[in-house]
Amino acid sequence: MGWLEGRFEESVMITTLEQGIAWARESSIWPMTFGLACCAIEMMAVGGPRYDLDRFGAGAFRATPRQADLMVVAGTVNMKMASRVRRLYNQMPDPKFVIAMGACTCGGGPYYKYGYNVVKGVDLVVPVDVYVPGCPPRPEALIEGIMRIQDKIRGMKYLTKGQPIEIPVPARTGYVKLPPELEDPDPTKALEKQIAWQKMNKEKATPTKA
Amino acid sequence: MTSAEIISVLESECGSRIKDKKADAIDPFVVVDALDLVAVAKTLRDNPRLRFDMLNCISVVDFLELDPKKAPKAGFEPHLEVVYHLSSFEHKHRFVVKVMLPRWKDNQPGELPKVPSLCSVWPAADWHEREAFDLSGVMFVGHPDLRRILTADDWVGHPLRKDYEFPLEYHGIRGR
Repeated sequence: MGWLEGRFEESVMITTLEQGIAWARESSIWPMTFGLACCAIEMMAVGGPRYDLDRFGAGAFRATPRQADLMVVAGTVNMKMASRVRRLYNQMPDPKFVIAMGACTCGGGPYYKYGYNVVKGVDLVVPVDVYVPGCPPRPEALIEGIMRIQDKIRGMKYLTKGQPIEIPVPARTGYVKLPPELEDPDPTKALEKQIAWQKMNKEKATPTKA
Repeated sequence: MTSAEIISVLESECGSRIKDKKADAIDPFVVVDALDLVAVAKTLRDNPRLRFDMLNCISVVDFLELDPKKAPKAGFEPHLEVVYHLSSFEHKHRFVVKVMLPRWKDNQPGELPKVPSLCSVWPAADWHEREAFDLSGVMFVGHPDLRRILTADDWVGHPLRKDYEFPLEYHGIRGR
C-alpha cells in the first residue's frame, strides 16, 4: 500500500462517502483507445512503462466508448471525422470528460489558416474539459492534463438528491512563472511591461517589405 | 531503354497521336489528346519493347495565377495537366504521359473537364482517379465507381483547385 502505510490508526478510517466516491472515481479514469494522428504516439508513450499512466489509475485504455470515462482527442480532427468523434462522445456514459490534446484539437494548430478540411478546435464538436497545448505535447503535459481532470472529479458533488451533477472548474490551474524582466510587484506596471514586450515581439515578427 | 528510344517507338506505333514530346526533361514525357489516351496507354502497356506494366501515380497540376497583376508574366494560360507516371518491371525504365485539359469544360465554371478512365488498362488507376476527381475535379469517363475518396461524400468543390474557396460552415461546424 506504500504511501498509506502507517498513516492511520489500525483498521479504522473515517471519511465522507462523497470523498470516498470521488477518490475511487479519480483513481480509475478509463480513457478510450482513440488516436487520430501523431499525438496518439505520444499518448501511447504515456501509457508505456517510462511514463506509466497506471500510476494514476488511468492506464486501462478501453476499446469501446461504453466503458470509458475519458476521451483523449489525440490528433487532427477533420470534417469527415467530426461526426464520428461526436458519436463516440455520445456513446460514453456520464460522467464523461474530454481532453483536447495538441495544437490541432485546441484550435486548428498548423492547419488553422490553410487547412480546408480541419476542424478549428475540437471544442466546436464536443465540450472540452482540459486543453493540453503542444505539437505534440510532451507525455508529462498529458499527465498534467489527466491530473487536472482528477482535480475536477475530486471537486464534483455526487450525492445531490436527484439534482443534476455539477461539474466544477478545476481548483488548480497551470501556472507559468514569468521571466524576471517582465515581473513587477505593482500589477499595473507589470501589465504595462508585458504589453510593451508583446508589441515589440509583434514588430519583430512583421516581415520587412522588399 | 532511353527516353529518346521510348519516344521513337511510341511515334512509330501511334504516329499522329503524339502531340508534343520532350526527351531531355528530368522526367521525359509525351503529350496526348484526351480522346487518344486509352489507345496510347494500351500501346505503352502491350508493346514488347515498352511493357509499362505499372502505373505509379496520377497527378493533376492546376496552372492558374490568381493575382491579376502577375497573370500576364506567369508564362502559361490557365489549364489543367493530368500526369501519368509509368514504369516497367521488365525493362526497368520509366516514362511520363501528360494530358492537357481546360480548367472547366467549355469554360463553364462547375462543369468538370473529361478524360477517359484508364481502369481498364491498369487497375491501379481506380483509386488514383478517384483521388484526382475528389481533390482536383477531373471527370474520368468510364470509371466504374467515381466517388469521392478523401473528403466527405457531401463535400462541395475540389479543394486542391487554386481558386477553391474554403467552406464557411460544414454541418454546423465553423470552417474558419
